[in-house]
Amino acid sequence: MELTSTVFTAKAIYVGVIFAITLGVAAYSTYFERIFAAFFQDRVGPDRAGPFGILQPLADAVKMFMKEDFIPANSSKWLFILGPCLSMFTALMTSAVIPFGDTIDLGNGVKFDLQGIDVNIGILWVFGIVSLGVYGILVGGWASNNKYSLLGAIRAASQNISYELAMGLSIISILMMTGSLSTKAIVEAQQNGHWNILYQPVGFILFIICAFAECNRTPFDLPECETELIGGYHTEYSSMKLGFYLFAEYINMFVSGAVMATLYFGGYDYPFYETVVNSFGENVANFIGFGALIGKALFFVFVFMWVRWTLPRFRYDQLMNLGWTGLIPIAMFNVVWTGLIILLPAEFNLSSLASIGIAIAGIPVLIVGLFIYHSIAGGKKKKTALAR
Amino acid sequence: MQFWYFLTALTLISALMVVLSKNPIHSVLYLVFTFFCISGHYVLLNAQFLMAVNIIVYAGAIMVLFLFVIMMLDLRRNSPDSKTNLTKLAGAVVGGTVLVIIIAATRKINLGTGADNALYDSQTGMVENLGKLLYRNYLLPFELVSILFFVAMVGAVMLGKREAGERNF
Repeated sequence: MELTSTVFTAKAIYVGVIFAITLGVAAYSTYFERIFAAFFQDRVGPDRAGPFGILQPLADAVKMFMKEDFIPANSSKWLFILGPCLSMFTALMTSAVIPFGDTIDLGNGVKFDLQGIDVNIGILWVFGIVSLGVYGILVGGWASNNKYSLLGAIRAASQNISYELAMGLSIISILMMTGSLSTKAIVEAQQNGHWNILYQPVGFILFIICAFAECNRTPFDLPECETELIGGYHTEYSSMKLGFYLFAEYINMFVSGAVMATLYFGGYDYPFYETVVNSFGENVANFIGFGALIGKALFFVFVFMWVRWTLPRFRYDQLMNLGWTGLIPIAMFNVVWTGLIILLPAEFNLSSLASIGIAIAGIPVLIVGLFIYHSIAGGKKKKTALAR
Repeated sequence: MQFWYFLTALTLISALMVVLSKNPIHSVLYLVFTFFCISGHYVLLNAQFLMAVNIIVYAGAIMVLFLFVIMMLDLRRNSPDSKTNLTKLAGAVVGGTVLVIIIAATRKINLGTGADNALYDSQTGMVENLGKLLYRNYLLPFELVSILFFVAMVGAVMLGKREAGERNF
């Protein structure tokens, strides 16, 4: 009884800490987003609230709560409220299966996993929650009873469904490498520097593009494209309901950064782990691993911002073309090539260095294949155009 | 057991609301909720893989498309002309027939005297065992089903494909 209660308390504290970290990172992402935007555009950025404007997120939160909470007259009230709730809910659910660290020794022989739940379908859980993320936008956009909101919601739905396919296919290559759906097993297979990015460079590029599309970030933020749709799906929202929509986007950024670190960058693995264990003990080493994962996730949050303030927005038909005719065939090629990466070293007893070589050799093969395909397809298109 | 009763009641109520609500959007949302309840039943049966697949495929993809199409078509909240007496009658007949078939099929089922603890394996529903079963014992049916899906997919693409100035058939 004593043992279960210790683990239970530790789990409750762990969940609270992860929740607090997620919200804190999301709040300060809004601040750093503006700082980076200011840097990229050669401006000063927020510098009024506190030293260096460090209290800006607090000021924003107060502003959001103090504003009038307005519900349009002809909207369906309950669904209008449900929309932002669903967005926040799905944004916060994903981090449950991410292993934020290795086991911690709590004393008395009690081991504690730094992971919410270690289910053996971990990565499918992430995928399922991501596919549910669109409901918040869809319900909110429809309930607003506004044409622009509805168009934004419909754009979000079709975009998410299109990019889910390529994302799923790139996850399948990871599953082939590891042979398990559990996120913990995926991370453990990558320990000691065998990070999946080395074996799956194409898969990682596909995954990060799809992550941008799923988070509705620029260059894929067409659901809230203000030049065409005013505010997109949150045109009618005000006060903290709008705040929740915007906040959910930042939470999604952080969580998808953590997912990318887990799947492709070794999770809580970091160099010189053995040395730290020998000189400071296992608990300290594992807490540093926890920090390493958060650090990797924050780096991806920075990449999200970097891309946002560098690239312009896609046009809608370009977005659909890229998803269906660009990413999905490349993802299928990647699945086949992953089979080769696994099979050839196993067949000829080659080292892991050889499989990295095969993985990198896949990139020129892919580029040459795409070039040949496009020259053939382009020639055909020209011929039909001439015939007309 | 208590939780099972609660979940079953929730499933049945939300499934009834799918039929009873006047607004098609509300119907779809209740249907999504019904799928979540069914996923809950899968978890109670220790079949986590089925739970995840049910959520991804039905709640995550198919119902989003349902919602998408209904929003695009913008169906009226109350369109009485779409339900004539004939359609109501046909619906009642079809639904009643299905009910009779289900009752006839389940009437003589031997539910047994409870779980056989010696033979019970809690890992049956796990993805490893499911995969082994599908790819060893039921390989041919599994492959045939995938061919069926492939044919359906090609058919959908062919129906949807219309290039400018061209006829496909």
